Amino acid sequence: MARVVHPARHYLNDGYGISSWLLTRDHKRIALLYLAAVTFFFFVGGAMAVMIRLELATPVGDLVTDETYNKLFTMHGVMMVFFFLIPVIPAVLGNFLVPIMIGAKDLAFPKINLLSWYIYIIGGLFTLYALIAGGVDTGWTFYTPFSTVASTTNVVPTALGIFITGFSSILTGLNFIVTIHRMRAPGMTWFRMPLFLWSTYATSLINVLGTPVIAITVLLVAAERVFHFGFFDPRVGGDPVLFQHLFWFYSHPAVYIMVLPAMGVISELVAAGCRKPVFGYSFVAFASLAIAVLGFLVWGHHMFVAGESVYSALIFSILSFLVAIPSAVKVFNWTATMYKGSVSWETPMLYAYGFIGLFTIGGLTGLFLAAIAVDVHVTDTYFVIAHFHYIMVGGTIMGYLGGLHYWWPKISGRLYNEGLAKLSAGIIFVGFNLTFFPQFVLGYLGMPRRYHAYPPEFQVLNVLSSAGASILGVGYLIPMVYLMWSLRYGRVAGSNPWGAVGLEWTTSSPPPTENFAETPVVTWDPYEYPAADLEGHVA
Amino acid sequence: MPEAVHHHHPALAHHFDDLAQQKEAATLGMWVFLATEVLFFGGLFLVYSVYRAWYAGAFAVASHELDVTLGTINTAVLITSSLTMALAVHAAQLGQRRLVILFLVATMALGAVFLGIKGVEYYHKFVEHHVPGPSFAFEPHEYARHAQIFFSLYFIMTGLHALHMVIGLGIMTWMLWWAWRGTITAEYYSPIEVSGLYWHFVDIVWIFLFPLLYLIGRHA
Repeated sequence: MARVVHPARHYLNDGYGISSWLLTRDHKRIALLYLAAVTFFFFVGGAMAVMIRLELATPVGDLVTDETYNKLFTMHGVMMVFFFLIPVIPAVLGNFLVPIMIGAKDLAFPKINLLSWYIYIIGGLFTLYALIAGGVDTGWTFYTPFSTVASTTNVVPTALGIFITGFSSILTGLNFIVTIHRMRAPGMTWFRMPLFLWSTYATSLINVLGTPVIAITVLLVAAERVFHFGFFDPRVGGDPVLFQHLFWFYSHPAVYIMVLPAMGVISELVAAGCRKPVFGYSFVAFASLAIAVLGFLVWGHHMFVAGESVYSALIFSILSFLVAIPSAVKVFNWTATMYKGSVSWETPMLYAYGFIGLFTIGGLTGLFLAAIAVDVHVTDTYFVIAHFHYIMVGGTIMGYLGGLHYWWPKISGRLYNEGLAKLSAGIIFVGFNLTFFPQFVLGYLGMPRRYHAYPPEFQVLNVLSSAGASILGVGYLIPMVYLMWSLRYGRVAGSNPWGAVGLEWTTSSPPPTENFAETPVVTWDPYEYPAADLEGHVA
Repeated sequence: MPEAVHHHHPALAHHFDDLAQQKEAATLGMWVFLATEVLFFGGLFLVYSVYRAWYAGAFAVASHELDVTLGTINTAVLITSSLTMALAVHAAQLGQRRLVILFLVATMALGAVFLGIKGVEYYHKFVEHHVPGPSFAFEPHEYARHAQIFFSLYFIMTGLHALHMVIGLGIMTWMLWWAWRGTITAEYYSPIEVSGLYWHFVDIVWIFLFPLLYLIGRHA
């Protein structure tokens, strides 16, 4: 069993200067650069959310003006979607784990990997500039003709920021695809790969095929604003709805860019937390690909009220329902994995339980929205807001935090404080539900999104939601503290603190720069948990 | 592949087992990137298709304003540059350093000719007030609104294509430097091959742009 010692030489002490970080090609260090950057943008986007919930504590618009409110929810959406949720799991956990999980020394293109971080930062600076220069008020969806003709705010810098950051996603996705195809260690066949890699692969496909479409779309919006080209301008015969088609062709699959990696994380957590192979491995693997493919065929469900023909709406509705099948396959298979498993109550598993429950609610309410008649009733209400926050926050962030806790001992070589971690997982779960469950009710009762004032009878539910948001905020701050604390004071983790299987647990914690002393040769199936392994488990 | 002979070729990056694996990775990487590019231009072709279907008459009339002679010359120039590019890759595979340099220079020269002719065409459109925006003017007047969409598409599509050409010229300059200093050998020619894939892709985009923009409504 793993002896608990800190390795003498690892990627964190392989060079100390600033340039050893800013010019690194080591995928593990680049993962940490991303960790710092996405955390920063998470708190910028979170600050906007704080302002939004404060404003909505009272029915009248008393804290900020309506125009400021428009900018707040726009920048909240832009920051969270493009600069946090889309990159977070692939760029942090994926960057760290993809090469290690397949037994490679690095990603296929280490320089491109570093380049993608710089591209992300440059895109982020453009968007921060837009924020500081006065913000943008179009909503994160940039609907034309408001974004092209009417809005007087910083649409172009924001659009350029999104355009630039898109290339970071594309290059990361490209790197993962090539790495998974070409860099697997001897014996690491496709069906011996951890499920996290299947979902990362599926995500990368969407990144590579979807992101260029949003890139060209925001470029057309920018060209229309700057050069007065007419693509979506009704005055020259352009069609604003065409913009919506292009926008959602990427932005619906983008939801799967956010949630698929989290699903991959959950598969790892459930297997390790139950000490069993994931039930129906190949079904879970192919469900990831199915979600990626189907995700490209459902964008029209965002446009049921935008003058879409009844027949296309019907087709898009049916296709949207189909996404529920691979999603449910995953949920059922995780649950089946737990059945008669040695189920753990450690922090990563708490997040896994949270994910499964919240994703199920988010997914099932997605079916409400795929049903055309219901969708017409709740379009642009808080029902939609609650639905996608259950997927993006309840799903993606739960998965991310679960994964961050699970692999933290590998990343840092230290253990965090388990008591505080469990406490904050609980606070996040309670705070999340208190924030967003009332919004389902508000939306069903008819409260529209994107207004800074509302009828007084909605106040009780809004106050509950704002109270939940403050609890959620505390829950997010606590891990910041104890994870930082653990870097210096945490107990030394040893190479395999969970007694888990998987190549990442066979190398030291933190791993050496080249990941493995010797290239591993894989002769076993994924998640082979012999009963004897239970004893190596740190309780 | 632990059995592989580790002849440490100077171009072999530390994280690959051998040059063959490195070449496979580079080639796949470029193909995946080109898939991205297909979707990037695909968005433009979609917008084009929608408005072409709606405003077929205006698109045909506006298309006649483009200079077919220059467009045809440019098509020929670009196809020839694909030939010289393919010859450069072939020479690289055989390790013929001087021929690689010759064909790369020829490819770059043809690319520069293409961009020059494109610039002349842009200048003409500018003089004729066919650049979309407040100063846009078009006869016959009933087609002016929809012609503006045509010219918006013309400039964004050919403009992004030209930008790809400029990037291609940058890559070719880089490859020229590598060929010059002797990095490119019969053992290690994949950078030329991968750059060639990119160059051919940019050519193929033009093969679609040329008929869609220049040749509308010209058949009897």
